[in-house]
Amino acid sequence: MENLETLVSPIVASALSEVEAAANAADLDQVRVRFLGKKGELTQLLKGLGKLSPEERPKAGGFINEAKQQVQAVLNEKREALEKAALDARLASETIDVTLSGRGQDLGTVHPITRTMERITEYFGNIGFSVAEGPEIEDDYHNFEALNIPGHHPARAMHDTFYFNDSTVLRTHTSPVQVRVMEAFAKAGDKPPIAIVCPGKVYRCDSDMTHSPMFHQVEGLYVAEKVSFADLKSVLSDFLRVFFERDDLKVRFRPSYFPFTEPSAEVDIEWGTNEDGSTKWLEVLGCGMVHPKVFEYSGIDTSKYTGFAFGMGVERFAMLRYGVKDLRQFFDNDLRFLNQFN
Amino acid sequence: MKFSEQWLREWVAIEADTQGLADKITMAGLEVDDIDPVAGEFTGVVVGEIVACEQHPDADKLRVTKVSTGTEEIQVVCGAPNARVGIKVPFATVGAVLPGNFKIKKAKLRGVESFGMLCAEEELGMADSSDGLMELPADATAGQDIREYLNLNDKIIDVDLTPNRGDCLSIAGLAREVSANFLAQVTEQKVVDVAAEIDDIFPVNVVAKESSPRFITRVLKNVDVSAKTPLWMVERLRRSGIRSIDPVVDVTAYVMLELGQPMHGYDLDKLNGSLIVRMAEEKEKLVLLNSEEVELNSKTLVIADEQKTLGIAGVMGGNDSGVSTETQNVLLEAAFFDPITIAGKARSYGLHTDASHRFERGVDFQLQRKAIERATALIQEICGGQAGPVSEVVSEELLPTLATVALRADKVESLLGIRINNDLIEGLLSRLGLELTVTGEGEWNVAVPGWRFDISIEEDLIEELGRIYGYERLPETIPMALLKLKQVDESKVKEADLRRVLVGRGYQEAVSFSFIDPKLHKQFDHQREAVALANPISADLSVMRTSLLPGLVKTVSYNLNRQQSRVRLFETGQTFIRNGDELKQENQIAAVITGNRFPEGWTGKSEPVDFYDLKGDIEALLELGGAAADFHFEKSTHDAMHPGQCAALIRDGEVIGHIGALHPTLAKELSLDGAVLMFEARLSSVIAGQVTEFETLSKFPEVRRDLALIVKQDVAADSMNRVIREVSGELLTDVRIFDVYAGKGIEEGHKSLALGLTLQHASRTLKDEEVNQLIDSILARLETDFGASLRS
Repeated sequence: MENLETLVSPIVASALSEVEAAANAADLDQVRVRFLGKKGELTQLLKGLGKLSPEERPKAGGFINEAKQQVQAVLNEKREALEKAALDARLASETIDVTLSGRGQDLGTVHPITRTMERITEYFGNIGFSVAEGPEIEDDYHNFEALNIPGHHPARAMHDTFYFNDSTVLRTHTSPVQVRVMEAFAKAGDKPPIAIVCPGKVYRCDSDMTHSPMFHQVEGLYVAEKVSFADLKSVLSDFLRVFFERDDLKVRFRPSYFPFTEPSAEVDIEWGTNEDGSTKWLEVLGCGMVHPKVFEYSGIDTSKYTGFAFGMGVERFAMLRYGVKDLRQFFDNDLRFLNQFN
Repeated sequence: MKFSEQWLREWVAIEADTQGLADKITMAGLEVDDIDPVAGEFTGVVVGEIVACEQHPDADKLRVTKVSTGTEEIQVVCGAPNARVGIKVPFATVGAVLPGNFKIKKAKLRGVESFGMLCAEEELGMADSSDGLMELPADATAGQDIREYLNLNDKIIDVDLTPNRGDCLSIAGLAREVSANFLAQVTEQKVVDVAAEIDDIFPVNVVAKESSPRFITRVLKNVDVSAKTPLWMVERLRRSGIRSIDPVVDVTAYVMLELGQPMHGYDLDKLNGSLIVRMAEEKEKLVLLNSEEVELNSKTLVIADEQKTLGIAGVMGGNDSGVSTETQNVLLEAAFFDPITIAGKARSYGLHTDASHRFERGVDFQLQRKAIERATALIQEICGGQAGPVSEVVSEELLPTLATVALRADKVESLLGIRINNDLIEGLLSRLGLELTVTGEGEWNVAVPGWRFDISIEEDLIEELGRIYGYERLPETIPMALLKLKQVDESKVKEADLRRVLVGRGYQEAVSFSFIDPKLHKQFDHQREAVALANPISADLSVMRTSLLPGLVKTVSYNLNRQQSRVRLFETGQTFIRNGDELKQENQIAAVITGNRFPEGWTGKSEPVDFYDLKGDIEALLELGGAAADFHFEKSTHDAMHPGQCAALIRDGEVIGHIGALHPTLAKELSLDGAVLMFEARLSSVIAGQVTEFETLSKFPEVRRDLALIVKQDVAADSMNRVIREVSGELLTDVRIFDVYAGKGIEEGHKSLALGLTLQHASRTLKDEEVNQLIDSILARLETDFGASLRS
């Protein structure tokens, strides 16, 4: 037995030192083969057990196996250490500058006018309004006549109309769309309620710092039984507070005049204060109860139905919302301008 | 309308201050645009009388004056040309502060001491420019504070009146409105009838009776037009933005401002025979007061005498029949003209006058006699003279009738959403001069006064009621509606989603003008005539676009000129195409790209965009609706596109749009370097999709076969794909071209295409033999149809 001990100890010692010296997985594997492989030094010793007496065998076998396990354990430990070192080295070599920008297209932008129209139509869509559209080259009848603006009416002077000929114009407002929708309703024999918003381009023959010859409006129309001015006030006040996301926004309805509504109002919102500390009011909307004449032109039964209509300038809303100061920038389409509306 | 606040307060006494007054009438529908002081802010200016005036010893243009303030005489050096002994002028004493915080100090001008300054209107903030000292009336009291003397502690209120409120275009009308809103009494200016001292009348023949149902004239003889219009009148006119001319013209303007009746004064001695009120002859010429010659048409009402036309009725007089400095005898005119006859006439001649503004909105038809009496009295007061009798030509039956409108309390409630009690209804409406007669419980007949042209139906009365009651006091009630869902068509791509896809691919949305330069239009669209505006804002915005591309390409230029080298834009909007009598207005979607494929970055050099970059983006759009298979592209041509890089987008056999590179010639004309790719298609065809019909996933393996084929250069890849799909039927799940090669190893004029076919059977594993058979038949068809051969 002593023999065996003197035989095993140096092998183990040499195995341990070789494991220690292994620089990589391949070296380590060679060490494993040399000592623990089928023909490995320790394995060979086990094979020599047969020469021993049956009494000596278990003890000697145990002794050799213990030595094998000891070597195996060190080997495992070393393998893990080497693997970890290799992984660490790989990770280190693969480290990148994560602050560099990504690859591919930048995100574009939706035009602020579109974005504003989408918001407006979304809010009205939420309470059941549908979107309706109409032609931009309009006939005199739909743009004026059917809205109770006959040829001699002084209100025509306020419209600065673009003409193609005596009876064809570029629509000066989106109101003709409400006429077309009501006509279609009456023609199809459908009954109100009618609840629509009509976003679109409108045109006035006027161009300066505060006027663009083309701009955008959203028109709204609600026709049903027993619709009152109180309903109009509620819907528009709500809308303004939702649009500007200000529950405390002060809104006032001021008597005004439109040939196609009666009573008519302009709506002002509180927008800062004047030098003297008084509330500064900004006009943002025109509205009113649909004039019976307009209903008559469109074939809606005035004894049964009433309704309200409103119209708003989209540019005005976009300017207030995003702080754009110059109306004309909307139509320059300067990328540096557009880029800001992400 | 601009007016002096003091003048209004003379008519109606209210407690509210200026802002309170402005707020109240604004909220009653008379929107106050501006409140301005009638003069600049200044102190220390008094009435001074020039008692001595001598030439400055060392300056040609200066004079040394002695100015009396009643208590002392002060030396002032002055450069005004009208400085002379005897006149009274505003005198800024030492210590005075003029507008702009300009302090008056003792000074030496070219060696002569000066203690103060003599002022022009401009220096007191009373005019934009002046050409000399402001000369005050001789009866001004030297030493009196000029603010007090000129009543300068007054404001000019500018009301933006809506076209329905012509009745408020006068102090009288405004006073009525203020009284109704403040429950205050109107103190009307008493108009005394002036008795005729002479019998002279001038004959009037009203031919166009419908247009001129009432026409009143009066002769005034021996009028001294050299008399000065009194300062108070000049100032009131000035505060309404009217310049004093001569006392007769000033009085007619004053009466118009006071009562709302436009008037005209003729030089009686320049009139021949009689006045004739008639429609103009076609092409008749007339030189107006402003010295412009106009050519009249037969829809225009004119005033003429027996030899010539004197003026456009209700708009403007002629330049040789009005009152002038030589006038001795005057004929005054106050008429009621039918608003519809006058409406739009001034505008049609490029004119806009105080008279036309009032007549087209409607002047009270009962006002003319009062106005002529008031004017007569004022003229006599200033210029003396003898008045003849008031001469009236009237067609009573053609005058407007006073309207009576029925009103129901129930209708008030249903329209305003609030019950207003009957007493209050009566009270509020009577304040406006409306007379109510009860016809039942909560029902009235309402008589409308002659000055209100805007009340003819019940809703008009309800608006008046709401207005005077106060819109701000009307309730807000959330409308109740049925919870009924709207139909939403799932197969239709939402435009918002379409936009987001392009935005996700780096596009910016543009909104450009619908009218463009006709030259630009022609460059993009050689054949079609664009719809042209009759009154464009400028030549480069004068025709309606037939395509969104010209505008977008122009926007590309705009940005390239501003150091933006990479531009990706899209737009949706209407185009306007005339086809015979029909005008097609359709929404289009268009996109344009130029510059590098990717934004500048560190990952490598980016290449300029080409046709396939744009096409990939458009294909993504077409896939959005789930109907990509319905679209295909075919080689095509387009006026603005490169003939070798242009495709038509086809859906159901119809061309719905084009994609291609900007034609090099056009690019050169537009000074665009580098590739510009563009696309445009009809929006409705792009967004029409279909709802997915799910197909069960096959559990069986896919087979992939790659083919390398040689075909002639001009064979369209897509047509080969379509043949492959047709031959393969349901077995083919995908076919892709993964390589295109021409050059070394390939015969000249040919190209090699590498195709990858993915095949799968829904219910079993495909056998090699059947795949081989299919591939053989595909190859056979490709050979027949395209002369394709396998690349060896």
